[in-house]
Amino acid sequence: MIDVVNLTKRYAGFTAVREISFQVQRGEVVGFLGPNGAGKSTTMRMLTGYLPPSSGRASIAGFDIFDQSIEARRHIGYLPESTPLYHDMRVHEYLRYRASLKGVEASKVKERVGDVLEMCDLREKERALIGTLSKGQRQRVGLADALVHDPELLILDEPTIGLDPNQIRQVRELIKNLANRRTVLISTHILPEVEMMCSRVVVIHKGRIRASDTAENLLLKHRAAGEIRLEVHQPPQNTYAQLAALQGVKEVSEKMLGEECSFLLRTDAETDLTEAVLQLAQTGNWSLRSLLRRKPTLEDVFVDLTQGD
Amino acid sequence: MRTFITLLGREVKSFLYSPIAYVVLFFFLIATGFNFYSGVSFLNQGPSEVTVVEAAFNTVLFWFPFVLIFPLITMRTYADEFRMGTIETLATAPISDSQIVLSKFLGAFIFYILLWAPSFLYFTAFEQITGKAAAVAAGAYGGSYLLLLLLGAFYVALGCLASALTNEQINAAVMTFVAIFGFFVTGLLGFILNSPSQAVRDLISYFSAVEHMADFSRGLIDSRPLVWYISMTSFILFLNLQVFQYRKWKA
Repeated sequence: MIDVVNLTKRYAGFTAVREISFQVQRGEVVGFLGPNGAGKSTTMRMLTGYLPPSSGRASIAGFDIFDQSIEARRHIGYLPESTPLYHDMRVHEYLRYRASLKGVEASKVKERVGDVLEMCDLREKERALIGTLSKGQRQRVGLADALVHDPELLILDEPTIGLDPNQIRQVRELIKNLANRRTVLISTHILPEVEMMCSRVVVIHKGRIRASDTAENLLLKHRAAGEIRLEVHQPPQNTYAQLAALQGVKEVSEKMLGEECSFLLRTDAETDLTEAVLQLAQTGNWSLRSLLRRKPTLEDVFVDLTQGD
Repeated sequence: MRTFITLLGREVKSFLYSPIAYVVLFFFLIATGFNFYSGVSFLNQGPSEVTVVEAAFNTVLFWFPFVLIFPLITMRTYADEFRMGTIETLATAPISDSQIVLSKFLGAFIFYILLWAPSFLYFTAFEQITGKAAAVAAGAYGGSYLLLLLLGAFYVALGCLASALTNEQINAAVMTFVAIFGFFVTGLLGFILNSPSQAVRDLISYFSAVEHMADFSRGLIDSRPLVWYISMTSFILFLNLQVFQYRKWKA
């Protein structure tokens, strides 16, 4: 559905996006992850034909974004980050205007607008002026606008930013329902959302793609995959050495907190050293205060991939 | 074509929804009405060489409001959209940039034509009441309104260009005023300079809207102003497209 090859965007003295390549297959829900300023919005704007790329190619449903921009745009429903709307228009009026602008046949416009109003739960607010709506409602209007021409691909730029938890839940449910027959590329830096909605994750940082994989794979591969934290009261001298000597341990770190000593063991994903540590504690007669096996989260992966450089 | 009509419809509607349209309409109708009244009063004072049409279109009372309305009409065409970010949803719809630029220009131009529509009433009323034609030849009507169309298109294009250059409406209004005033006053140089050379005089006559109106309202349709206004309008619209794309891509 989306095929990006070495896409680059350069501004004067600054490269926003450096030779990124990725694909999104039909029917996938892909999360586009990255810190602010990573190049997510720039990439999306290039895909939707708003910005021309400096070099590289990309195609949407087989149509090149540069040579066949208008045809490519017909297949995309785009929701920009700031959800810009005309405040002086009514909701149904705006949607009808957008529908005919996007080429929906005149006879079908009313039907389509009715459909998207239902889908986005905007029936009650149909006649309201957009300027009077709350942020969550405006977000839904933006989403309705993106859907009104029944596109195969949805490109959503941070759709839940600035919404309260109720509204976020509503929008997420909506997106999950929509994803059924469509392809969705959603950019966000709200990680729980990604775990909930996306089948695959593309991590971008400072204009480069750092990772592109399913969430599970990323969690498995990540170096914080296996982590065991234990607290020992007045540990004997050789505790550190013993822990380090365990098979499968990649790294041990130690921190003294008064009489308690906290150890952090890093292992790879498949190794579970809880049993081994318990054995050591028994034979060495340690005063074990706590033993915790910590599963890595997407946040760990994110922070790890996007710090530094 | 259908998307263009949709765009155009939206532009004209958004003009009519804004209060400034009615303020401008009100002010303009008062100004042109008073101008017509004073033109006829002037003619009442005694025999004169000018026709009513000429008297209506060649006075200070005509030119002054005429030059002032353009900043007010055109300042909102782009500035608000850039400021609010709706350019992004507009430009990512399956429509071309030239459709956007042309529809904004025509939207403003149609509003400008609407401003002038009531002026037909003045001349019709005159004819009804006096039983005489307001112009000596029908060509005078044609000429005056033709020049209004040409001048209007040129100044509206200038206004749209100014609006595309900025995010704030007021900046657009000021730039439009300065540009239009600049062109207008350059034309008036012909009256001020002492014996300029023929080449300079010819050049200045291109800029001189006052001279053009004096000719056209007599039915004297010179092809030089015609070519000047059409080619300048096209050029300014071309610049408009470039500026629009430039600002879009800078995003």
